[in-house]
Amino acid sequence: MTKTVLTVDDSPSIRRMIAMTLQEAGYAVIEAVDGQDGLAKALATPVDAIITDQNMPNLDGLGFIRALRQHPQGKGVPIVVLSTDSEEGLKAQAREAGALGWMVKPFTQDKLLAVIKKVLG
Amino acid sequence: MTDDMAAIFREELRDLLESLERGLLDLKARPDDMGLVNQVFRDLHTVKGSGAMFGFTDLAAFIHEFETGFDRIRSGAIPVGAEIVRLALAAKDEIPGLVDGLPDPDGRRPAILAALRGLMTGVAPAVEVEAVMAGSDAATAEGRRLLFRLIGPSLAMGARPEIVLDELRGLGATDIQADITEVPSLDRLDSEQCHIGWTMTVPAEVTEAQVEEVFLFTDAEWTLASHAADDMGARADAVEAVVTEAVIETLAAVPMAAPSAAAKPIASREDRGETPAPQAGATIRVPAERLDALMDAVGELVIVEARLTELARQNRDPALMTTAEQITRLAAGLRDATMTMRMVPLRSLVGRFRRLVLDLSDSLGKPIEFAVLGEDTELDKTVIEKLADPLVHILRNAIDHGMETQDERAASDKGRMGLIELSAQHAGAEVLIRVRDDGRGINPDRIRAKAVAQGMISADAQLTENQIFALIFEPGFSTAEAVTELSGRGVGMDVVRRTIESLRGSIEVESKLGQGTSVTLRLPLTLAIIEGLLIEVAGERYTLPMASVQEIVELPADKVMPKRSGDFLDIRGRFVPFLRLRTLFEGAGEAPAEQNVVIVMSGENRVGIVVDRIIGTNQTVIKQMSKLHAGVRAVSGATILGDGSVALILDVAHLVSMGRVPGEPNPATREVAA
Repeated sequence: MTKTVLTVDDSPSIRRMIAMTLQEAGYAVIEAVDGQDGLAKALATPVDAIITDQNMPNLDGLGFIRALRQHPQGKGVPIVVLSTDSEEGLKAQAREAGALGWMVKPFTQDKLLAVIKKVLG
Repeated sequence: MTDDMAAIFREELRDLLESLERGLLDLKARPDDMGLVNQVFRDLHTVKGSGAMFGFTDLAAFIHEFETGFDRIRSGAIPVGAEIVRLALAAKDEIPGLVDGLPDPDGRRPAILAALRGLMTGVAPAVEVEAVMAGSDAATAEGRRLLFRLIGPSLAMGARPEIVLDELRGLGATDIQADITEVPSLDRLDSEQCHIGWTMTVPAEVTEAQVEEVFLFTDAEWTLASHAADDMGARADAVEAVVTEAVIETLAAVPMAAPSAAAKPIASREDRGETPAPQAGATIRVPAERLDALMDAVGELVIVEARLTELARQNRDPALMTTAEQITRLAAGLRDATMTMRMVPLRSLVGRFRRLVLDLSDSLGKPIEFAVLGEDTELDKTVIEKLADPLVHILRNAIDHGMETQDERAASDKGRMGLIELSAQHAGAEVLIRVRDDGRGINPDRIRAKAVAQGMISADAQLTENQIFALIFEPGFSTAEAVTELSGRGVGMDVVRRTIESLRGSIEVESKLGQGTSVTLRLPLTLAIIEGLLIEVAGERYTLPMASVQEIVELPADKVMPKRSGDFLDIRGRFVPFLRLRTLFEGAGEAPAEQNVVIVMSGENRVGIVVDRIIGTNQTVIKQMSKLHAGVRAVSGATILGDGSVALILDVAHLVSMGRVPGEPNPATREVAA
């Protein structure tokens, strides 16, 4: 069965890159433009994994994860946070918020697939 | 990474730079607005992050320090100052060059960074962190025992022990056994926790780094036996501890989901009167050429549709006529949808203008408030693109020449702060764009004197003020220094007018000495297809843009024969000059006994056009005239009719100007003024 990944990022080019890469690898992809949008979409459709950026308008990545984890349907979904080298501290923070893992930007398409494989098997 | 993606990034970068510039300019005015600081930070962050993703590493490195700087502003460590805004604007200007890989021969970029570092003294450089997926240690023991146990609510976080086990099997793990000693009784079972541990044997050459990588995304306690340094979970915990300490500073700066923090950027956006950006799910980006191609195709469709309607009419086949009618409706819908797609708000230009005004106001020492009204007004993308240069020219003139110095303003009881207002609004099938200043205004006597000196008008010519101002746009009216407040740098106002007219628009100047000047551009909403009025003169058919047609009257019997003096019609008490197209185009044959006059308007002036016959309205797909015919003034283009023949599109602005006899008061203007 096709697995669905939700990508939450306010940068259209990053979203597009993630979507194209994952779609080529056979995943279904849902895109969301910020934490609020991501929350609404994650709660509306069951997804198998989530990749979220941290710095976003309206609701940032950590806020999004915390909010999602409050909901029964938000539990058990692996969430990967995108961080940059300047956000080193984010990883521990993301863990506490309920993220499973992180991925450092910039990343390659291969690395993205490796990370997704790591959380989805 | 495909070129496609890099192209998407470039598209995004344009928007980001606009947003960044807007944010920085706003920040200069409202340095305490944390919503703006956050916006600027996010924009910088995205430029850097996306830039690095798409291979623009120089760009990412360059922006990195600015991102750090604004991060510190966010955290309150340093205040917003004019200098950092200026530096950030300068840095922003370097971004396109960095993306295009242009060299920096003057060393501007290092200078900008050096200045930034000067501002940031005492700021620790950000810690560089290695990519997470790498790592290799050497290991030398025999087969080693590995134990692991997931900790915390790992299952709720989406950890999957079976994936971890698969990965360990991939490393060569054998003899995997579940350790169920810690599984509690059913009533105390926590579904979010994994109570089972596992033990196994892994080959001796498996390193800690490899195991660590397996547990990268899984909070687990693990030990790899027969390595003295590895106590249960020590490695993972130590890493966590260091990381947690380092986070605290950054975290304080990251706006959390608290309602107040989340609401602020939204509020400030409303303050600026902007509409929130549309949700990405609802919009797609399309390369401009595809829209052009679509518009061309729709244009051809409209022509073929007209042909079909004509055929159906000739054949009198009811079924064909019904179909043709349906096609007409569909084509009209498609045309409207396509034209709507091509509409771009004026806002896309405004950022550039704000910067221009700021720079000029700084360099000339004239404090100026720049107000923009109606920046959501939409125009065809081609019009917007071509509008940029003329508007820059007009704005520059307004600031450079129109605006007085601070001292002059003080002496004339004006506020020290000058006002430049750019406004846009719809008016029928046209858009009016106006640049108004409250500066010194234009002195008509000086323009008149100059025009007489240049031999453009005779010394005793009777000209209205409007006609005098219109002289500014004449090619001969040079940009020499005496030309007054509206002379320009490089290009003259005639170039501005030519550009506007090439867009089928018109330009007009109004000015009150001592009170200010306003320049008004009238532009058509679209360039590609217009509603046209088809007319016939001497067996030839012509099209007039419906938007400029005011009314159609019969030519009174006493006006049928041309007279030597000017031809005027009395339209409800107002005199309107009229032109005989038959005479103008030297049409053969006799005019019919009954002729019509189409009254058209351009700007505030009207002219009547005498035609043999009115055929009706039609969808006019505008085809440009070839370069050979570029000099033909009375015609602005051509269109193909349903029967395949060609009709010329008349240039109303030019016809109206022909109707106005130089040196005589303009009847229309006089009546309007009365």
